[in-house]
Amino acid sequence: MHEFDWSSIPGALPFLWDGMKISLEITIQAVIFGIVWGTLLAMMRLSSVKPLSWFAAGYVNFFRAIPLVMVLLWFFLIVPKFIEQLFGLPSGTDMRLASAMIGFALFESAYYSEIIRAGIQSVPKGQIAAASALGMTYSQSMRLVLLPQAFRNMVPLLLTQAIILFQDTSLVYVSALADFFGAAYKVGDRDGRLVELLLFAGAVYFVICFSASQIVKRLQKKYHPA
Amino acid sequence: MGYQWNWGVFMQPSGTGDDTYLSWMFAGFQMTIALSLSAWVLALILGALIGVLRTVPNKALAGIATAYVELFRNIPLLVQLFIWYFVLPELLPESLGNAFKQSNPIMQQFLASMVCLGLFTSARVAEQVRAGINSLPKGQKNAGLALGFTLPQTYRFVMLPMAFRLVVPPLTSEFLNIFKNSAVCSTIGLLELAAQGRQLVDYTAQPYESFIAVTVAYVMINVVIMMLMRRLETKVAVPGYIGGK
Amino acid sequence: MIKMTNVSKQYGDFKVLTECSTTVSKGEVIVVCGPSGSGKSTLIKCVNGLEPFQSGEIIVNGISVGDPKTNLSKLRAHVGMVFQNFELFPHMSITENLVIAQTKVLGRSKDEAMEKGMKLLDRVGLKAQADKFPGQLSGGQQQRVAIARALAMDPICMLFDEPTSALDPEMVNEVLDVMTELAKEGMTMMCVTHEMGFAKRVAHRVIFMDQGRIVEDDSKEAFFANPRSERAQQFLAKILQH
Repeated sequence: MHEFDWSSIPGALPFLWDGMKISLEITIQAVIFGIVWGTLLAMMRLSSVKPLSWFAAGYVNFFRAIPLVMVLLWFFLIVPKFIEQLFGLPSGTDMRLASAMIGFALFESAYYSEIIRAGIQSVPKGQIAAASALGMTYSQSMRLVLLPQAFRNMVPLLLTQAIILFQDTSLVYVSALADFFGAAYKVGDRDGRLVELLLFAGAVYFVICFSASQIVKRLQKKYHPA
Repeated sequence: MGYQWNWGVFMQPSGTGDDTYLSWMFAGFQMTIALSLSAWVLALILGALIGVLRTVPNKALAGIATAYVELFRNIPLLVQLFIWYFVLPELLPESLGNAFKQSNPIMQQFLASMVCLGLFTSARVAEQVRAGINSLPKGQKNAGLALGFTLPQTYRFVMLPMAFRLVVPPLTSEFLNIFKNSAVCSTIGLLELAAQGRQLVDYTAQPYESFIAVTVAYVMINVVIMMLMRRLETKVAVPGYIGGK
Repeated sequence: MIKMTNVSKQYGDFKVLTECSTTVSKGEVIVVCGPSGSGKSTLIKCVNGLEPFQSGEIIVNGISVGDPKTNLSKLRAHVGMVFQNFELFPHMSITENLVIAQTKVLGRSKDEAMEKGMKLLDRVGLKAQADKFPGQLSGGQQQRVAIARALAMDPICMLFDEPTSALDPEMVNEVLDVMTELAKEGMTMMCVTHEMGFAKRVAHRVIFMDQGRIVEDDSKEAFFANPRSERAQQFLAKILQH
């Protein structure tokens, strides 16, 4: 049986905290980017301009068909070299990390776009008809009637997706970015205490994600008392 | 821009000798399929069981099922995989742990990956099954009971057949996810599709061809599964209800 | 056949049923009516144990429903119930709906169950629909199948929980006709319904409920001619206006 030795964790806490900051930073950036780009994609998808709608559908379906690991590898290994060659940059310009983060955000926006599209479509068509019947213009009925309802419907899903996204950030491990998981793995590997560090990392993720999901549940109850 | 495209690279003999790079790709493809399908079977069985338990009147059973779902949903897949692969063998009784560590390394990677993916996905399947059961009209359960069915019989003949038809579309997306998530298993060295793609980049200096081929393979898996599941959906559709004829 | 003594039920502080007592003898047809929320649906669901109750006693055919030792499934197999929303099993054909409980609960052979089911389906006038699915039938047709499904179990009595209130008006009569015929054949029936025409035609007694209490329990003649309580008078006035 394994004998547990947790002693390498206290000393490593500042290092682990730095990793956690990176995880949170990636999460926040990707959530903001995902909501903005996802909203645009959703609007394109629902637009009556066919090429826009095709582009958005293609984008979303493509990113939802391939694994995040593949996207990260593309943006970590291939895209930086491509840009280097394209612009004739001196080789060794290290944009791999930035590139991986952009890849991550592009990937997550496909999922956000679907949530936002479903949110907009969840508002009954009669609502727009009712708003028009009251004499509202198209933009008024969007702004005052449709979007507020759509947003209310999708807030819990957007937040839940943010929790999933936070879990997904651990995969930037494949691009050697020192996020929380990467940091925990490094410490465990260095001290020969991988068992303890991995369990610790699992526990930390669990506490964060579980608490966050409970908060989302509460919010949902508060705003959608069923 | 100076890049030499060479799609013939897949036909070249591989770095280790007697086979081609295409056969590497194919081996990775097979590994991805084998892993995903075996994990899916595990996920369906466990997920159905846990999902049903979450809806039973017995509080203790429902509580255990809820804890199971929360545990597997709130830890990233990568962390779970590393725990299965690196941690669990250490925590097993010595003889068992050693047996695992002395077995074929590919077997070790495959087992850890399958159990990890299967249990991770089972929590999601359980949520869909629970949602399916809860979305049935409450009167259905009463109608079953009123005919003299016991509670297990009511689940078996009345609620589950209908709930499973309702969850086919959401399960499709979980089924697709398991293939995509299997790529995570490349991180413990399992030579599935993504890992073979990476290996090809290292060996051939043709990164674009390698990655495009792997990406296309994933897209194809996706398309084929969607077509199969759509067939299943029409097959199980209930006449007179949404999705039925 | 059914004997209720001081049955009470509450959710938290809210009293759904208070001290309800009544009896239904063999061959009797009882109509239970009252404003919505008066507890009449809950009362009828207590009879076959679909709703648990905290105190009092219900004896059906000599078996105590509230006794934890009672095998409720066995009891329910012989107490037919028809629901407001029909509750046919949507994934099974009409035939399968009629056969499944006969074979799985009563242990009848498939042939025997089929024969019985078809006979009853014919009786409710739907033999032609045997191979369809519930979703392909109208509400009135579904409810008639649901009655046939309950009858196929050879029930000793039948419970009806607002069997016509989810139906479009033009379909109400086809269901009431089946129920009337059943009543005339001497089936013991307890019906929660607002159909006062039906009550006048076939009921022996009428029970009027309000706020979880049985306010009136009288012969049909007495109830319609001269309801004793003010609530029942108001209720009748409202319902008979139409």
